[in-house]
Amino acid sequence: MRGPSIAYIVLVIAVLATVPLLTASNVVLNFLIVALLIALVGQGWNVLGGYGGQYSFGHAAFFGTGAYVTAILQMRYGVNAWIAFALGIAGGALVGAAIGALTFRSGLKGSYFALVTLAFAEVLRILASVAPISGAGVGILITLDLRPQAFQFQSRAPFYWIVVALVAVSLVVVRLIERSRFGAWLVAVRENEDAAKAVGVDTARIKLAAMTISAAITAAGGGFYVQYFLFVDSGIAYGPWISVEALLAPIVGGIGTVFGPLLGALVVKTLGELTKLIAGDAPGLDLVIYGGVLVLIVAFAPHGIAGLLADLRVRFARLRSSVLERAHG
Amino acid sequence: MAEPLLRVERVFKRFGGLLAVDDVSLAVEAGRITALIGPNGAGKTTLFSIISGFLPPSEGRVFHRGADITGMPPHLVARRGIVRTFQIVQPFAGLTVHENIAIGAHLSRRSRADALDAAAEVASTVGLGDVLGRPAASLTVAGRKRLEVARALAAGPELLLLDEVLAGLNPAEVATMVPIIRGIADSGVTIVMIEHVMQAVMSLAEYVFVLAEGRIIAEGAPQVVVDDPRVVEAYLGHGAAARLSAAGGAHV
Repeated sequence: MRGPSIAYIVLVIAVLATVPLLTASNVVLNFLIVALLIALVGQGWNVLGGYGGQYSFGHAAFFGTGAYVTAILQMRYGVNAWIAFALGIAGGALVGAAIGALTFRSGLKGSYFALVTLAFAEVLRILASVAPISGAGVGILITLDLRPQAFQFQSRAPFYWIVVALVAVSLVVVRLIERSRFGAWLVAVRENEDAAKAVGVDTARIKLAAMTISAAITAAGGGFYVQYFLFVDSGIAYGPWISVEALLAPIVGGIGTVFGPLLGALVVKTLGELTKLIAGDAPGLDLVIYGGVLVLIVAFAPHGIAGLLADLRVRFARLRSSVLERAHG
Repeated sequence: MAEPLLRVERVFKRFGGLLAVDDVSLAVEAGRITALIGPNGAGKTTLFSIISGFLPPSEGRVFHRGADITGMPPHLVARRGIVRTFQIVQPFAGLTVHENIAIGAHLSRRSRADALDAAAEVASTVGLGDVLGRPAASLTVAGRKRLEVARALAAGPELLLLDEVLAGLNPAEVATMVPIIRGIADSGVTIVMIEHVMQAVMSLAEYVFVLAEGRIIAEGAPQVVVDDPRVVEAYLGHGAAARLSAAGGAHV
C-alpha cells in the first residue's frame, strides 16, 4: 500500500509536540487535547472500519471499557494509574476480541455488524448505569492527586504531550499494518471477502485481529479521558456520542488512510468550536453540524479530505502538464 | 492405480428441491489439463465451489492426494494448493492490478516486497505487465479475466480451478489466452477448467468431463466426447444426435 513514510509521521508529530512551547493558552491546549483524543479514538475505528471495511457503530464499547477499567482499578482496588491505564487498554482489546468472535463467527456483515456493535455498546451502557462497581448512576470520580506517578499533572502541557505520544504510536502502528501482509489481507477482506478466501486468507481471523487492535487503540482514548477529566459515568463511557466521534473523524478525514482520523478530528473539532462561537452553547447544535458535514463529505468527497487532496494534486499535475504541453506545442 | 491429485466421490448438492449436483464422481490426474463442460445450469460452478470449500456437499466426499478435504474452509483448501477463480470476476476493485495479484502472492510470502515482486512477475506472464499501476476496476472484461488467473496463479497453486476464464472474450482475446493457459500447465500446474469455448477445450484439454443436469454423462478424450450422442443431446435436445447423423448421412 502506498502511504506516508515513517519520517513524515515523525515530522507531523514533531510539529504537534512544539505547540505547548509556543502557547500556554489553556483554551488552545484543551481544544487540541480533545481533538487529538478523538483522533486516537478515530484511528482505532479506522483500523477496523477504514482498512477492514467493517463499520462499527459501537466503538463506545471499547472506549468505555478502557475508561471504566482505568477508573475502577484505581478507585476500587488502589492500582497505580499508569498500570490501570495499561490494563484498561488490555480490557478494551479483550472486549473487542469477544464481540468480534461473536459477530464474525456468526458471519455478520455490513449493516448487521454495525447494528450489533451498537447494541453491545448500549447493553454495556445500561449495565454500567446500574452496576455498583461502575458507580451506577453517579459515575466514578478520580481522587485528585496531581503527581506524575498518578497520571495527573499540574498543567495541561504534559497531558498534551501524552496524547500526542499516543496518537504518534497509533499512526506508526497503522502505518506498519499498511505495510504488512496482515494489512494487505485486511484490505483484501474489505474489498472482497470471497476472493480473499480463495487465495488462502483466513478472513474471520483477520477481522478478529483487526477488531482487537482497533479496540485497544480506542480503549487507550477512554483511559486517557478518565485521567484528563477525572470523571466517568455510563453516558460518557458507553454513550453513542463517542461511537459517532470515532467514525466521524476518519470518514471526514479519509478512511483507510494513516492521517485521515487526525485530519478529520482537527476539522470536525474546529467546526464544532466555530459553531459554539457563532451560536453559543445551544444544546445539540454541534450534532446538527456534524450531521451536515457528514452529508456533505459523503456526497462530495467520499474519500474524505485526504481523498480530496489527492484528487486536487492529480488535477493540478494534469493541468500543469497540459499547460506545459501547450506552451511547448 | 496411484491416488489421483483430486478425487470427487459420489457428491450430491441439493438447494431446497433442486438437485444441482447429482452423484458426481471424478478423478483429476496430476500434470494435465482437465476440462469440465456442459450446458448452463449443469452444476459445474457448484462442483467447483464444493471442491474449493465454498459450499459443503449434501453428500459425498472430496479427496486431495488421498486426504479427505470435504467441508474444509476455503482458505485451508487454498493453502493446500487448490486455488479457484470466479466465473463472475471478483477483483479487489479498490486496489491496483499489482496489489490484487500481490494478495495472491502473500499466501506463501510474508514480506510485502517479496509479494509485490512475485506479483509483477506473474503479471507479465499473463500479459498484465503494462497495467500494474492501474486500478483493477478500470480493466476491460478480458483484463479482469486475466487478473483472476494472475491472482490465483500468484498463490502458487498445485491445482488451479479456472471457471470460464474465456467467457465473454472475443476470438482474438481467446487466441492470446490459450497459450497463457498452456504455459501455466507446462510450468507444472494441474488445471481443471470449466469452459464453453469449445475451440479452446479441444486445443487445451487432455481429458473432458461432461456435466448435464448435475450428472456426469460422458468423459474421455475431447474428440471422443464431442462425438458422443449423449453429449450432443445434452446441448441440442433429445433426438438431436439422431437427426444430425441422419442429416449427415443423407448428404454423404
